[in-house]
Amino acid sequence: MTALPSKTDKKLGLVIDLDTCVGCHGCVTACKGWNTQNYGAPLSDQDAYGADPSGTFLNRVFSYEAQQSGCASQTVHMPRSCLHCEDAPCVTVCPTGASYKREEDGIVLVNEDRCIGCGLCAWSCPYGARELDREAGVMKKCTLCVDRIYNENLPEEDRVPACVRTCPSGARHFGDLGDPDSDVSKLVADRGGFDLMPDLGTKPVNKYLPPRPKDQLDTAPLDTVADEPKGFLGWLDKALDKL
Amino acid sequence: MHPAPSVIIFTTFSGLGFGLLAWMGLGIPDVGGMTLLAFFVIAYVLAAGGLLASTFHLGNKKNAIYAFSQWRTSWLSREGVASVVTLLLFGLIALAQIFMGAEMAFSGVIGSVLALVTVFTTSMIYTQLKTISRWNQPLTPVLFLLHAIAGGALLAGEVKIAGVLLAALAVVMWLHWQQGDARAANRGTLGDATGLGHLGEVRMFESGHTARNYVLDEMVYRVGRKHAQKLRMIALGAGAVLPAAILLLTPAGHATAFIALALHLAGAIVGRWLFFAEAEHVVGLYYGK
Repeated sequence: MTALPSKTDKKLGLVIDLDTCVGCHGCVTACKGWNTQNYGAPLSDQDAYGADPSGTFLNRVFSYEAQQSGCASQTVHMPRSCLHCEDAPCVTVCPTGASYKREEDGIVLVNEDRCIGCGLCAWSCPYGARELDREAGVMKKCTLCVDRIYNENLPEEDRVPACVRTCPSGARHFGDLGDPDSDVSKLVADRGGFDLMPDLGTKPVNKYLPPRPKDQLDTAPLDTVADEPKGFLGWLDKALDKL
Repeated sequence: MHPAPSVIIFTTFSGLGFGLLAWMGLGIPDVGGMTLLAFFVIAYVLAAGGLLASTFHLGNKKNAIYAFSQWRTSWLSREGVASVVTLLLFGLIALAQIFMGAEMAFSGVIGSVLALVTVFTTSMIYTQLKTISRWNQPLTPVLFLLHAIAGGALLAGEVKIAGVLLAALAVVMWLHWQQGDARAANRGTLGDATGLGHLGEVRMFESGHTARNYVLDEMVYRVGRKHAQKLRMIALGAGAVLPAAILLLTPAGHATAFIALALHLAGAIVGRWLFFAEAEHVVGLYYGK
């Protein structure tokens, strides 16, 4: 059913630290690897070794530069994937009931046995988090590694999404954002975690932690040391002018 | 947005077909027998043909039957249900009218309302999207409905009514562009989208992918924006102003009606192509576009 649950027991999601992320794309690769070999249709590539390669990814890292006038610029790496919104427009627009939000943990998933690949859910998502797989013809999106986090065949430390497990800089955190006492909720409270495009009313569960304030180094170009050459250089300058 | 031919054919022709059915439910044109059958065939070919075309861009057609299940929440599902119910009802009306000479006045009115409801649900598939502020405005359903009933009146041979409706369509087309431009201009900036605006002016340093991807192909289609102004004039002139002038200012006749219809169809297709091609999706902000 594509009606959204009025409330979910948990709000599982990610907290992504934009201060710590170094933009290595390790999470992108880990996500592609895990989700190609597990839940649902594999994430296909088209013309992977040819001139015009493209493929399906559930997580991509964008890099931005922010600059105050007169100051040095600051690079911010921003991984983007499904935010598992509380008021997910991608769920309610779905004509087939393939797109749904789980009542028990708030994860937004696609039932590929019902998806017709119309793409309307991707149109309704402000974050570009859904990609239609060109090979399978069904909509792919972040599953929050639903096949890892509850998987008792895995060692306990591996029961987190692949992107979180692999992140070498500890920029990605996983937990229940509906529980104010959880580590992720405390982190969001401490660091002033924010929503992406809150004015669109999607109420994302995933939060981003803003970059910490940075020192502003005086990196303006050095002033000219000497306009008029003196001494030997001054003589040389005049002598050359006269030639 | 990517202007998929299947979606342009679907919205243009099924709208026209349901527009004609809306008039036929009211007993317009007042014909019977084989002439009425011919009108029903035209309306069904347009409406059902358009609906079939809409399935061409589906990635996974075998699950299409499930698309009728989520009418409680999904406008696309409502569109599917409304169109099938409307076509079934008009099928019964056609049989009764053509072969039994029945009046079917009451069920005809219900059919007309359902035909308009179907066009409304089609328009709401696009109007509901907050991510595309150009479409997310009250005039979008008005635009779709006027296209349907004006084109339908033209097909039904009500040339003077069609002329007035096409003149109204011209006004709504223009207003829709004005409103759309204002809304699109207020989409925000890369700083708003990333939430990094407090750090200064935000610009893209490196995209998340060096190759194209589904999101770029589908939602950051920008070809239509280059010639948008010229295409608007073509859509407005051929789709509404010229046919309205022909219908209202020249004596009624088959030749003028045919020219007006041909112009209107060409203009409507250009206008519908542009409707998709020039629409700016908010995800483009993350790409600085």
